Amino acid sequence: MDTERNARIGKLKWHCRRALLELDLVFQRFWAREQDAVDESSEAVLTRLLELEDHDLWALVSNKRTTDDVEFAAMIKRLQKI
Amino acid sequence: MKYTVRKFDAVIVGAGGAGLRAAIQLSEAGMKTAVLTKVFPTRSHTVAAQGGVAASLGNSDEDHWHWHMYDTVKGSDWLGDQDAIEFMVRNANECVIELEHYGMPFDRLDNGRIYQRPFGGHMSNFGEKPVRRSCAAADRTGHAMLHAMYQRNVKVNTQFFVEWQALDLIRDAEGEVLGVTAMDMETGEVVAFHAKATIFATGGAGRIYYSSTNAFINTGDGVGMAARAGIPLEDMEFWQFHPTGVAGAGVLITEGVRGEGGILRNSLGERFMERYAPNAKDLASRDIVSRAMVTEINEGRGCGPNKDFVLLDITHLDPETIMKRLPGIHEIAVQFAGVDCLKEPIPVVPTCHYQMGGIPTNYLGQVVVPQGDNHSTPVPGFFAAGECACASVHGANRLGTNSLLDLLVFGKSAGETAVNELKAGARTHKPLPAEAIERTLARLDRLNTQKDGADVHETRLAMQRTMQKHAGVFRFKDMLKEGVEKILAIEQDVGRTQINDKSMVFNTARIEALELDNLIEVAKATIVSANARTESRGAHVRDDAPNTTEHPNGRDDKNWHKHTLWYRENNRLDYKPVQMKPMTVDSIELKTRAY
Repeated sequence: MDTERNARIGKLKWHCRRALLELDLVFQRFWAREQDAVDESSEAVLTRLLELEDHDLWALVSNKRTTDDVEFAAMIKRLQKI
Repeated sequence: MKYTVRKFDAVIVGAGGAGLRAAIQLSEAGMKTAVLTKVFPTRSHTVAAQGGVAASLGNSDEDHWHWHMYDTVKGSDWLGDQDAIEFMVRNANECVIELEHYGMPFDRLDNGRIYQRPFGGHMSNFGEKPVRRSCAAADRTGHAMLHAMYQRNVKVNTQFFVEWQALDLIRDAEGEVLGVTAMDMETGEVVAFHAKATIFATGGAGRIYYSSTNAFINTGDGVGMAARAGIPLEDMEFWQFHPTGVAGAGVLITEGVRGEGGILRNSLGERFMERYAPNAKDLASRDIVSRAMVTEINEGRGCGPNKDFVLLDITHLDPETIMKRLPGIHEIAVQFAGVDCLKEPIPVVPTCHYQMGGIPTNYLGQVVVPQGDNHSTPVPGFFAAGECACASVHGANRLGTNSLLDLLVFGKSAGETAVNELKAGARTHKPLPAEAIERTLARLDRLNTQKDGADVHETRLAMQRTMQKHAGVFRFKDMLKEGVEKILAIEQDVGRTQINDKSMVFNTARIEALELDNLIEVAKATIVSANARTESRGAHVRDDAPNTTEHPNGRDDKNWHKHTLWYRENNRLDYKPVQMKPMTVDSIELKTRAY
């Protein structure tokens, strides 16, 4: 992994440290499974998704709410994989 | 390694509820205030608080701060300091109304006043009947609170340093606190924040346990830094547990599941609560259920390959009822237990939730230590508030909705005391002691150059499993003793952790290693203090201190009605008396805690 990407992924990973344990666990699982599959477009979607408030993000991951944002919906599906 | 120095009137570590409230006080008074935080302020763990904030506003029922005080003293199992408790409950209304003025969207009654809901343990007229005392903003009270206070801070020009990891407290030879060292995660730059007042508001350290409801950020950074700087830690044996967290994950399964008919079963499929609580069975109180679960596990009737959890079974309930009355449980079971709870039981264990002990403070938010005959001498320049601090208002067990109140009242109080000291000219920028900063740099250098060291994740896991097994919700003499030895051995590994990635930019491996340095201090303080306290009180319940006529609930006031102080140096223990004298009213005298 080149240094620049390493830094970007490090930052994204840190932004996955959330206020709610539920989200910490979801992101921990996601990175363990998909670190190599996170390309630049995934990075961009994740960056946007991580701007959401924790309760709103958890509502999407736990299917309490849906989103019209196609990119978000696809990323949420990846996050929900067990 | 180089470092730079930045000067502020005050530096606050942590931007959860307590840190933000303290910052408002300082910035509004015109003090140049820096707030350091690992994560963006509105992502602090205060967000997870849903229950509300207690205040005897009396909007829904007749109420009085004195009744709230009684409930808090009783909840604490008489280990709370009554002067601090009176201070907290008497300031509750003002703090809640201030918050409302900052823009907090509290739920409201038709008449426009703040709506108040009932909560366990809150009673009117000194324990007579339940009272509605909790002020909430739907189920997002903590979240709304942080937003309101963050906006207020932006308005009054508080300077935020977001994604900075605080490293060490800076204390000089006289013991005065002169700031903190911290690292910018984005660059790896180390800065000495030189301050006239330093306030720790770093939250709890629930991640010392394997099963914890706490977010990953709750690593006790302030508590660890204080311990390394020679400050004792108070009452660290007291941790609040919830009986049903998802095994291996910690996510809470609400008590409503058992309320709707959920049954706890052991590996033999037995409904074991029938043996422990023949009448209430699975609906017995939290402590009874937790103790029964641990006993089943310890006696070999736990489930799974390691026999280390029990099962919460709702498969006999109507699926429609589950989906309607217990929204979210199905998804939590799928996501974190990997089971469809309509068809299979959910693995659960008692799970750590809240830290009652912490950095010792008085009600002014000043950190206090024993000195000569005075067991509560303020450490010049050092303040703490919120879950990392021990005022002590929660004593041996916290009353629900008092955690948000604690961080509001004592966040404000710490900020106000600092302002008063700064305005009086009592604090100056004393010269920074180079050796204190060198110690931080040496710690970083050790981590960067360690070879053949210990793996951070494995070491943390060993610590968490040891704490869960040896100093969990229900404690056993021999297990505690053995656990002390194990944690001290793990400490040796923490001292030689190794990271392979040496990069300076957002190096999460380095941050996790530094967090482990703090967690291990909390783990040591907890298990050493718990091993020594040979009674049961509040959340500290020992098998060898049972309920007897001489010692109801296992409590031994004659020998143990006192606060523990744990010192890092040689794991030394000291004790100080509980403050039984309130500020203005009569003392609430000791009696057996019964609900």
